[in-house]
Amino acid sequence: MKRHEEWVTAIALGVAILASFGFMFSYVVHASTQIEGMALAIAIFGFVIAALGWSSWMIKRDQVVDRIDEYPSDETDRRLACSELQQTQVDVSRSGVLTKLLSVALGAFGLAALFPFRSWGPAPGKTLFSTKWKTGTRLVRSNGNLVTKDELNVDSAVTVFPEGAIGDAASQTVLIRLPDGLGATVHGYVAYSKVCTHAGCPVALYRAAAHQLLCPCHQSIFDVVDAGKVLSGPADHALPQLPLEIDSHGFLCAVGDYPVPIGPGFWERG
Amino acid sequence: MTRHLVEWLDDRLGSARFMKHALRKAFPDHWSFMLGEINLYCFIVLLLTGTFLAFNFDPALNTVVYHGPYRLLNGVAMSAAYASALRLSFAVNAGLLIRQIHHWAALLFVAGITIHMARVFFTGAFRNPRELNWMVGIILFLAVLGEGFTGYSLPDDLLSGIGLRIADSVLLSVPVVGTWASFLLLGGAFPYSDQVGLRLFSAHVFALPAAIATLIAIHLAILWRQKHTQFPGPRRTEDNVVGSPLFPNYAVKSLALGCATTAVLVALGAFVQINPIWLFGPYNSYQAASPAQPDWYIGWLDGALRISFPWALHFFGHMIPSPFFPGVLLPFVLFGALFLWPFIEQAITGDRRPHQLLDRPRDAPWRTAVGVAIFMLALDLTLAGSGDVQARYLHVPVNVINLSYRAGFIGAPILGFIVAYIVANELRKTNGLQKSKRVRLRRNKRGGFDEETIP
Repeated sequence: MKRHEEWVTAIALGVAILASFGFMFSYVVHASTQIEGMALAIAIFGFVIAALGWSSWMIKRDQVVDRIDEYPSDETDRRLACSELQQTQVDVSRSGVLTKLLSVALGAFGLAALFPFRSWGPAPGKTLFSTKWKTGTRLVRSNGNLVTKDELNVDSAVTVFPEGAIGDAASQTVLIRLPDGLGATVHGYVAYSKVCTHAGCPVALYRAAAHQLLCPCHQSIFDVVDAGKVLSGPADHALPQLPLEIDSHGFLCAVGDYPVPIGPGFWERG
Repeated sequence: MTRHLVEWLDDRLGSARFMKHALRKAFPDHWSFMLGEINLYCFIVLLLTGTFLAFNFDPALNTVVYHGPYRLLNGVAMSAAYASALRLSFAVNAGLLIRQIHHWAALLFVAGITIHMARVFFTGAFRNPRELNWMVGIILFLAVLGEGFTGYSLPDDLLSGIGLRIADSVLLSVPVVGTWASFLLLGGAFPYSDQVGLRLFSAHVFALPAAIATLIAIHLAILWRQKHTQFPGPRRTEDNVVGSPLFPNYAVKSLALGCATTAVLVALGAFVQINPIWLFGPYNSYQAASPAQPDWYIGWLDGALRISFPWALHFFGHMIPSPFFPGVLLPFVLFGALFLWPFIEQAITGDRRPHQLLDRPRDAPWRTAVGVAIFMLALDLTLAGSGDVQARYLHVPVNVINLSYRAGFIGAPILGFIVAYIVANELRKTNGLQKSKRVRLRRNKRGGFDEETIP
């Protein structure tokens, strides 16, 4: 080693070698993420020091000057390039009919090329306008249990689905039991779509004290006592309410589907 | 050895003449010129780690039951994608390390691009003749945002599933074509077909990386052709570039930077936990997490959704729902303005001349003020994106916080504009912290010395 500084680079490369073997070893013995990563980071860091040492001590400082003269081209070349292009244009556009045919053909071909994208998914149709709730569909919890009229304590809430469609994203509904005398309820129960009407997140937070449903994504707040109306936040329409009744066996069930489409708005919703 | 190689290549390609010039190409020495390189190295790290991950990941969304080393989720039904992300994190040796390096590299990549873009904006490097490369850069930025979002969505954990649901709601809000676009892209209505995982995967590991790599190649080719800009200084003029030669000086320095970037990313991946999907749980359409935060670069869009007005348009039996304005219109206007900025500035200032020398931000107070206003807008929206977390720690109702950021949406950019304009103007007047004058001493006939200022 001629110079003192070269030792730094040499040591750094030595560290890189050792750490590389360290990584191999830690990998073979299934060491933790931290140990494996540390070995790898130290190895690469060795190269950093080596390269820095090399660039600061072993390469002489040097400055070069490039001239910016490659553009623009000189005037003759520009004219020639233009006239070549224009020449072609004249050749092609001599017959106006051909030019028109070409543009129509290109348009038709472009349209044809778009058609296969139709295979990517089904037509929207009326899909977004309905859910799996029907008259007489009983409410079930996510564990499959039917909901009786004494299921919930006052001021508590639970997620329910149509019987036979547990986990169905569009039909998810939050069932809440309100204290007596609050809102238009069936035996104290109200049910709202759990899909936020703003951006579709589950309206998962129930503030029992204020009787509000809060969406954790963008903080829209809905009034459970007053037909799911928006109290604050970016949601632009109320949470749809599921009409309920209690059947002869004491189970809660729906009286038809939601009266309006659930979830965020869309063009055809009107 | 070297000589043989050079001659062998030159016999076949005639490459010696090009190499002679290329190896001596001037690269100006300024730290801010390294920002773009950091991004390039992040991209390389992303490609390498991403390749490893792609070969070990199953993007399918069909339901499986998990059995594996992470006991808390044993026996839980989840998508194959989420189970495979758990397998990568717990059962594949070094899998978690590589997953975390990949995620950190993505976060740093977007941050690096943002700062690089700010550097180019505030120094006027986008001016004639570099408008083209600025526009390529903006498209590149959009492609990288898409790449980030698709990658975030792949593991199908609770947070990413909610993110996808929100993105779909924004897509649904687009007038006329929104519903169709949503059904075609996602293969049906929420909660989508099982193909969505494969579609996100194809976009993330094939279509978008191919687009990004191509755009980077174009970006660098234009840069190579036009040569670097430079700050004013000794010997530097409007028709030259002064700097270190590419080889060996700049190449070795850049190699050091590349290794340093990689080392930092590996260290972050080793020691700083990122996106612990096993804590979020598998995605279920009826479950939510609170507080929930996206990756930092999506925060401004989420923030815009949070603070927007609950206004929808209804007409002739059609609806434009409220997410359209913050989720579609705002980014469209913002990125449209950025994309066309070189021409907007040319129209305003009338300056269409070519520029090789950079401005300092103070040299163009008006442009600097616009840049700061955009930054303040982005900052306000990004902070709004974590309003629920702030509410929790500050004990302030979250709707108060959201209303404050709504006011800040107008106020912060105006304030930023005014302050930046005044500061830049004052700095320009005083010329700021002036560097000591450079002089050349020349012996005169009388035997004394004359000072000659070097501009």
